[in-house]
Amino acid sequence: MVPVDYYIVLSAFLFTIGAMGVLAHRNPLIIFMSIELMLNAANLAFVAFASVHKTFDGQIFVFFVIAVAAAEVAVGLALIVEIFKSRRNIDVDEMNSLKG
Amino acid sequence: MHLSETVTGFYFLAPWLVFAPVIGLLINAVFGRQFSERVVGAVASAASGAAFVISVLLAYSVWANHGLAVSVPFAEWIHIGDLKLDWTFRVDSLSTAMMLVVSGVGTLIHIYAIGYMHEDVRFKHEEGRFARFFVFLNLFIAAMMILVSGDSYLMLFVGWEGVGLCSFLLIGFWFEMDTLARPSWANSDAAIKAFITNRVGDFGFLIAGFLMFWHLGSFQFDEVFKAAPAIAASAPWVIVAITLFMLIGVAGKSAQIPLYIWLPDAMAGPTPVSALIHAATMVTAGVYLVTRSAPLYTLVPEAQYIVAMVGAGTALFAATIAVGQYDIKKVLAYSTISQLGFMVAAVGMGAYVAGMFHLITHAFFKALLFLSAGSVILGLERGHHAHAHHAHDKKPAKGIKTAKRDAYGGHDDHTGAVHGEVFDPGDMRNMGGMRKTMPVTFWLYMIGTLALAGIFPFAGFWSKDEILLDAKLHYPSVYWQLSIAAFFTAFYMGRQIWMVFFGEARTDAARHAQESPKVMTVPLMVLAVLSVVGGALNLPFKGFHQLGHWLEYTIGEIEALPLDLQVAGISTALALLAILISWLIYGRTPLKSNQPDPLKKPLGFVFTGMENKWFVDEGYGVLIITPFKRISQFIADVIDWRFWHDFVHDTVIAGTYNWVSSIALDRYADQKGIDAFANWIGTATQWISGNMRKVQNGFVRSYALSVLLGVVLILGYLIFK
Repeated sequence: MVPVDYYIVLSAFLFTIGAMGVLAHRNPLIIFMSIELMLNAANLAFVAFASVHKTFDGQIFVFFVIAVAAAEVAVGLALIVEIFKSRRNIDVDEMNSLKG
Repeated sequence: MHLSETVTGFYFLAPWLVFAPVIGLLINAVFGRQFSERVVGAVASAASGAAFVISVLLAYSVWANHGLAVSVPFAEWIHIGDLKLDWTFRVDSLSTAMMLVVSGVGTLIHIYAIGYMHEDVRFKHEEGRFARFFVFLNLFIAAMMILVSGDSYLMLFVGWEGVGLCSFLLIGFWFEMDTLARPSWANSDAAIKAFITNRVGDFGFLIAGFLMFWHLGSFQFDEVFKAAPAIAASAPWVIVAITLFMLIGVAGKSAQIPLYIWLPDAMAGPTPVSALIHAATMVTAGVYLVTRSAPLYTLVPEAQYIVAMVGAGTALFAATIAVGQYDIKKVLAYSTISQLGFMVAAVGMGAYVAGMFHLITHAFFKALLFLSAGSVILGLERGHHAHAHHAHDKKPAKGIKTAKRDAYGGHDDHTGAVHGEVFDPGDMRNMGGMRKTMPVTFWLYMIGTLALAGIFPFAGFWSKDEILLDAKLHYPSVYWQLSIAAFFTAFYMGRQIWMVFFGEARTDAARHAQESPKVMTVPLMVLAVLSVVGGALNLPFKGFHQLGHWLEYTIGEIEALPLDLQVAGISTALALLAILISWLIYGRTPLKSNQPDPLKKPLGFVFTGMENKWFVDEGYGVLIITPFKRISQFIADVIDWRFWHDFVHDTVIAGTYNWVSSIALDRYADQKGIDAFANWIGTATQWISGNMRKVQNGFVRSYALSVLLGVVLILGYLIFK
């Protein structure tokens, strides 16, 4: 059986890629995809721990995360579409009208 | 002894002595304005008359029980620990004698006042005051009854203050005008003078009372007298102090030297008041007080001697002043002071019966004289007004008037604001020849005069001679002072009679004077009868001395002196001589109008002294009142205002406070402490937020980066902890 460390390393690797994606890209669609990547990295860690500890707690959390991610994408995509409709532009660096 | 089932009689009625007049005054106070004058007068007189009936019943009870003195407890007053002060009535031969005089003479004066005040309120244009007068008069009767019926010095003092109050109210009855109804505060000033002078005396009485309470342990008459001999043996000064302080009270209330000065001014009150309060009843309270305290005075002959000397001195001194007075009531006022001096001298010598005897007869004939004088004054007022209207009708106010007409013509009031001359109906120089215009008053006045002058067989003869005889036996110096005073008495009364009733009328008002109505003269006739037969109360013959026996029940054994023909002869001869001299001076050649007093020239400055009351008031003004005012001004202005208010309060206290608050608190604590701290918080918050807002740049990715960094930091901390 593959040791749990490998899964953790893979999860961290995926999370880092996702985080870099969020930070480095201006296109919100890419950012969303990166967030999905981060969420899945976390899901991978949950599943790995659940299988090590022989419980279903982690599995259940994964379901929640997927549900929340789906909801988030639904709301987020709706916002992006609306912003694009009004501004013809979805570059996140230009959406700073809420600055302090 | 206390009232119990075994005692028979009417003792239980004692509280009604006070409540009968109180009920009368309440009725008049509430309904007086709706009632007619007749009803008001009837209610007041009935209230006073009820007190008289009760007094008679009480006197009968004392007589029927052979002088049994009874204390009638009425109400609990002050009960604190062992201290028990109650309102208890004392019915004995002495108090019933006073009750009879007060309520008897009082009732007659009430009836007289119905007629007198009817005109008085009209002459002074204020009819609404009629009921008020009778309310005050009834209040006075109630207070006087408390005074004479109290069983302790404390209740006596309550009544003592009560009558003082009524005296004040009634002297100032026409408080916003003088006796001639001109706008002035003279009457009000007279009332205040009487009140304050009496306050000085009351202070002495109070000190006597406190000394009594501390050293003898009680205010109750019986207990005080029981405890007194032991104290007199161990600490005689206590009794001396008590009796002498009490004498100050007596001097205030009974108008003795040096506090007599208020009584002549008290003549500002309506004449019934002068008769009732300032001749017959209240002013005799001092004599009653000394008589009541006889067991104390008997213990200290020194105090007795001082009392006797004060009385004799007053009798003589006031009699000389009366000679130089022109106001008919002022003469009687000084005469009253003088006669009170006789009484005080008598009780000072231990001749309590003689003092009380003179008190009673004096109440009769001095009330008679005052009321007759009131009748004369009103008669003159009527004459003045009738003549004024008559002249006015005959000759309307046009054309030239003579100077004489000016004085009386066409004016309803005495002010003569237009004509500048004032008519004083009380001035004897405005009278003359009134025996023809007012015959009834004249004869009544004659009776009163003869009684006061001490002519046989009028009441004053018996009572005065009893005092003179006692004085001759005990204190020769008092005897000659009183004899000279009696001589002066007969002289000034003769002077008054000649000036008022004989000769020619000196004014139109006197010429047109009218006799007073029945409601005034009938009470006078009763008083006149009493003045004639009053001597029968205590005839100095073996087996008589009724008043002496009566008072012996209360005062104890008293020597009953027989008639001394020498004393009686000398005093009668002196009185007749005085009347003869007064006839030579004033009767033979009657005074003409505007003629100065015939005594003025031969006596010179002596007469000026008599005329001006020996300048005693002025002397008091210089010696006491001016320094007192200066001191009070100094205390008020310099000490109180400038020192305390300006310096201590404003400068020291307020200044220090202001300085402390402005410098220490405001500048340092408040501005530099609290304000600075609060401002610093504001500034710091601003600065921090100013820097923090730069972080809020609106770039999503920088937020994300900061979240990431934060997570990395926290994780790093957790890992490397």
